[in-house]
Amino acid sequence: MLTPDTEAALAALVAVADAPFVIEGQGTKRAMLRPVQAAATLSTRNLTGITLHRPTELIISARAGTLVADVEAALAAKGQMLIAEPPAYGGIFGAGQPTIGGTVAAGISGPRRITGGAMRDHVMGVRFINGMGEVLRSGGRVLKNVTGLDLCKLLTGSHGTLGIITEVTLKVLPRPEATATLAVTVTDFAAGQWVLSAGLGAPYGVSGAAVVGNRALLRLEDFADSVAYRIAKLRGELAAFGSSEIIEGDASLALWRDVAEAKPLGAAAEDAIWRVSVKPTQGPHVAAALRTAFDAKVMLDWGGGLVWVAGPANEAAHRAVMQAAGEGAFVLFRAPDALRAAVPVIKADPPALAAIARRVKDALDPKGLFNPGRMQAGF
Amino acid sequence: MIALPPPKAKILAQRDVILAALRAMLPEDAVIGEALRLKPYETDGLTAYRQVPLAVVLPRTTAEVAAVLRYCHGMGIRVVPRGAGTSLSGGALPLADAVVIGLMRMNRILEVDYANRLAVVEAGVTNIGITQAVAGDGFFYAPDPSSQLACMIGGNVMMNSGGAHCLKYGVTANNLLGLTFVTIEGEVVRIGGEHLDGGGYDWLGLITGSEGQLGMVTEVTVRILRGPEGARAMLAAFSSIEVAGEAVDAIIGAGVIPVALEFMDRPCIHACEAFAHAGYPLDAEAMLIIEVEGSVAEQDALLGKIRDICARFAPLSMKVAQTVEESAAIWKGRKGAFGAVGRISPDYLCMDGTIPTGELPRVLRRIGEMSAECGLQVANVFHAGDGNLHPLIMFDANDPGSFARAEKFGADILRLCVEVGGCLTGEHGVGVEKRDLMGVQFTDGELDQQRAIKTAFDPQWLLNGAKVFPLVDGAHA
Repeated sequence: MLTPDTEAALAALVAVADAPFVIEGQGTKRAMLRPVQAAATLSTRNLTGITLHRPTELIISARAGTLVADVEAALAAKGQMLIAEPPAYGGIFGAGQPTIGGTVAAGISGPRRITGGAMRDHVMGVRFINGMGEVLRSGGRVLKNVTGLDLCKLLTGSHGTLGIITEVTLKVLPRPEATATLAVTVTDFAAGQWVLSAGLGAPYGVSGAAVVGNRALLRLEDFADSVAYRIAKLRGELAAFGSSEIIEGDASLALWRDVAEAKPLGAAAEDAIWRVSVKPTQGPHVAAALRTAFDAKVMLDWGGGLVWVAGPANEAAHRAVMQAAGEGAFVLFRAPDALRAAVPVIKADPPALAAIARRVKDALDPKGLFNPGRMQAGF
Repeated sequence: MIALPPPKAKILAQRDVILAALRAMLPEDAVIGEALRLKPYETDGLTAYRQVPLAVVLPRTTAEVAAVLRYCHGMGIRVVPRGAGTSLSGGALPLADAVVIGLMRMNRILEVDYANRLAVVEAGVTNIGITQAVAGDGFFYAPDPSSQLACMIGGNVMMNSGGAHCLKYGVTANNLLGLTFVTIEGEVVRIGGEHLDGGGYDWLGLITGSEGQLGMVTEVTVRILRGPEGARAMLAAFSSIEVAGEAVDAIIGAGVIPVALEFMDRPCIHACEAFAHAGYPLDAEAMLIIEVEGSVAEQDALLGKIRDICARFAPLSMKVAQTVEESAAIWKGRKGAFGAVGRISPDYLCMDGTIPTGELPRVLRRIGEMSAECGLQVANVFHAGDGNLHPLIMFDANDPGSFARAEKFGADILRLCVEVGGCLTGEHGVGVEKRDLMGVQFTDGELDQQRAIKTAFDPQWLLNGAKVFPLVDGAHA
């Protein structure tokens, strides 16, 4: 494994390379998407350190190999947080500390995505190395920037296939003073999703909306007085949906950490895990279809629009997931190598877009050095 | 003046053939070729630049847009997409050999879905039109550029428009779910959909803010949000720019993120007060407008917190709106700022850089010095929470040389923004206006990488030429 200590050394390796690399940080998500076909691994794990933190400007910059936990600790020391609350997915991929570069490259966003935005919404700037070994920048270190094509968004979620991110600049926010969760007991996913839509359609700034088991969960985060006022209002307005309880403080924080990590899904070690993204009211239909198809384990996040699915790691189950996603999208999030190598792990782009995607890939990585096959076969 | 690439003689020579072909593929009233009727399309919000196009088409459907693009692509004709033509950076400036594709007739709201908090609208729906369609049910579309009465969502997508409330709600890119995208070859592609992040490349993010360089957008699926229980503003006036800047830092440092946090300097306060009679403090060097949301009690609590913080910086005056009407009065001057400056100066250039907020005092001091050096007045409004600075440079277009001096002053301000760690444009786009400054912010390698991605979408460089990328040897590709 190649683990250069500097961006320049990393760029120099790429510039002279003629064979592809597995591109990774700490490699915590190797079991995600498709297995990469490359003999050598190039890691950003030794590019570490927070390079800029301006709390009053709501900005932090860190080299790609910096652990997410270290970024979060630096932010917490100033009463701030990563807005997308990216989970480490330790329960899914095994122990290990993800890097901030890998987390951005994988586009990881937790429950706050529903109102706070996705990881891609908070990437204000990147430094990256393209397939020619050139060190390039996009974006910057300010919150509002429309100068030139937004390669920050293109690189976020590109899983290292278009460029190697060496440093990221993220928008951050103050950590809320208080948090509480309204848990409404519901009869099924359809009823639970209705509670989520009602909660998100109320004027109280719900920042998390999930259905776990027979409970619809709505999270509020704000100053303590506001949270107390809003949760009481929300409870009153949703009284008709079912009995409810209020979960406060540390218990609420722990609950949402579990939701973020998809723990309540209860996936067995041998299960495959999928994420299906649909419009929120479609979530219960996806859940019902997959329970019928293969007795899937299911939980809903993002207001019902993110369906976490666990089930047997076989092609029949995968076909059922693809079909259930319909107009939405799917990701085969974890599976044994044989399954992930055999099936499309994400929804294919329509043909006109696929042709453009090929040309964009060639524009950034003409020699095909970066993570070949990770997102789709032959790419 | 910014140079435009020479028109293609071969295209100009075929003008009649091209018009006849466009008329054959579109309804008769959708093609404009007469000189007098082309005239209104010669410019946009950057009126210093004018160029009558070869033709204008006003399609009503995605299929019509696709047919025009397919034809132009086959013929090697340049196209210039246009919404309402409100771009302040010349993003919709025509070229002499280009067909302007105006989307203003695609103005239908196709679907509103409250349970999923989304609306599907055609590209020519105005920004305010979306909010108006859902406001009766308590919802709104968040990005609110100053031109929101006129500007269209298709243009907002192409420029990634912002507004005064993006500190809390984000810019256009943060409020979209899907697009109907038409490639230069005339292929219609669905990008995104009615769901959040799908898992593939973020085409939605790349296309948003691409200034018409990658393709055209004919339909947009936007996120709509439930509005807060209420909102109210306060203003605080300070004796210096530095102190006002410190107050902004202290507010954010206390963990308060107001929904809007606007800063005006002395010339701007005076211009706005003369225009709107909003009761602005004329003795102040700097003034903040701060808006919070929530129930009345929550508003009181937040405004109280902010008041206490401001009080630590010896404010000259503070005024907390007690009613919605008082709040509107505080906003009235700010919302009319551009018009107010237009009233005291025959012409003005509205600049749009972003700076790290901590650099504000230094930047405003330097802008003041540059203003004195070039003999042109400037008023500054600033989205203080996110660092987006709008210097309004006043000049007189009838005075020869005045525009050139204003343009140079503007360019110097933008260079300064980049120098202190900011960028050339926060929300107006590069357009033609800032095209030749791109080398200040980006290296040649970075620009070439962006050009290569443009080429991936538009191999012949037919889309919105002369914008965004500096010309190479006087031409584009």
